Amino acid sequence: MTADLIIFIILALVSIGAALGLLFSRNAVYAALFLVLNFITVAIFYLLLNAPFLAMAQVTIYAGAIMVLFLFVIMLLGTKKLKTRGLNLWQRRLAMGLGVVLLGEITALFFVQGRGGILIGDIGANFGSPEGIGVELFNQYLLPFEITSILLLVGMIGAIVLTKDD
Amino acid sequence: MDVFLVLEWVIKSIILILFGVVGFAYTTYYERRALARIQTRIGPNRAGPAGLLQPVADAIKLIFNEDLIPAKADKFLFLLAPVLTVLPSLIIWAVIPWGTSITLFGREIPLYLADINVGVLYIMAVASIAVYGIVIAGWSSNSKYPLLGSLRATAQIISYELSLGLAFVGPILLTNSMSMIRIVEKQQETTWFFILQPLGFVIFLLAVLAEVNRAPFDMPEAEQELVGGYHTEYSGMKFALFFMAEYIKMIAVSAIAATVFLGGYSGPWVENLPWLGPIYLLLKIILLLFGMIWVRGTLPRFRYDRLMAFGWKIMLPAALINVFVTAAVIVLLP
Repeated sequence: MTADLIIFIILALVSIGAALGLLFSRNAVYAALFLVLNFITVAIFYLLLNAPFLAMAQVTIYAGAIMVLFLFVIMLLGTKKLKTRGLNLWQRRLAMGLGVVLLGEITALFFVQGRGGILIGDIGANFGSPEGIGVELFNQYLLPFEITSILLLVGMIGAIVLTKDD
Repeated sequence: MDVFLVLEWVIKSIILILFGVVGFAYTTYYERRALARIQTRIGPNRAGPAGLLQPVADAIKLIFNEDLIPAKADKFLFLLAPVLTVLPSLIIWAVIPWGTSITLFGREIPLYLADINVGVLYIMAVASIAVYGIVIAGWSSNSKYPLLGSLRATAQIISYELSLGLAFVGPILLTNSMSMIRIVEKQQETTWFFILQPLGFVIFLLAVLAEVNRAPFDMPEAEQELVGGYHTEYSGMKFALFFMAEYIKMIAVSAIAATVFLGGYSGPWVENLPWLGPIYLLLKIILLLFGMIWVRGTLPRFRYDRLMAFGWKIMLPAALINVFVTAAVIVLLP
């Protein structure tokens, strides 16, 4: 057993534990904090996969910015504990059914592709580095990148217009 | 991976943490003495020679203080918050280079913990999670002043983080790398970046003042309005941890500013005598810390709406212009 594998297993346990905590926590603030923990473990997975840039972006953008805003909403909406009887029975059954279908799909895919998962070809030393991502982003994916930035700008302006009270 | 390498990392980490803790203690002393001079007082001078044992006395006093937990507080998060506040201020030190390398016991030991090619992003990532401790402290206290203080802190830190990140872009563009070590080496080859990036340097200094909640941006703990801000309900060692986080963050941002804009560990004869590296960096940190204390002793606190307006309407556009001009100059002047 290599050190990588041990780290992976511990991280995986923390990550799944945090995800379950997020689902079953009745307190919205705790749920949000579990989500942050989950995001951070995902960032460490990226580090293990030799993608430090992605890992840092994950922490800064997801764990940092989005979750802080999320906490804002929770704090301003108040922190009453959620009621246990929130969902209808049929909604519960539907959710369970869909969950089982998704799990089956993942398992099927896993066996179709082979037990070892998909073998990725030899990745270059530059893979996942800031330079590598920058070159890809500004050459091959320039148009989607620019469109995304305009969409985000539109969203931001929309939010400002909607919250301005006059 | 050999055992000695792990041992080396552990020892270096312990030295960095000890530096943080001792630095915290003596930064409080330094601040009190310097502020006293600014206000024509003497400052603490009773405990030990020239008052040098004052931080120790304060620490002992805080340890023996009664540790209160409010009855309506969320106990677990209330205990977790000080820890979550201190951690980021300590782990941010991992990417700050103290020098090139020294030879000790026949081993070449680099004077930094990690040379990662995303060093600057690491700092931004740690800075962005540093706010959690404050938010959790404010919320878990279940009391109005801490909640208001932590809301202010969050809004302020998020707003100024943008300018901070953009201030980093200038040096990154000049260096062509996000590694802190490359940034220092590039400054050794050319010149210190505060000459090439004067606007970036000023924006950086203002943004970090807001990031670490120092005067004149210390809205989150404005005593006249909020009692003590997010740590109003804390006492004893837990309060000391918040205090410690604030001062270690001050030292850390001074170290980052020194590394990115003031040449880091570089200085005369550092190529031949690598031991001088840490000393130069320390001198620069002390100089920048004095700047922070000086600002606190001189300027009154901002009004909250002006603070936000300043961040969004002046700092951010100025930082964007700085990035644009830097990029244009680099493209036009090969």
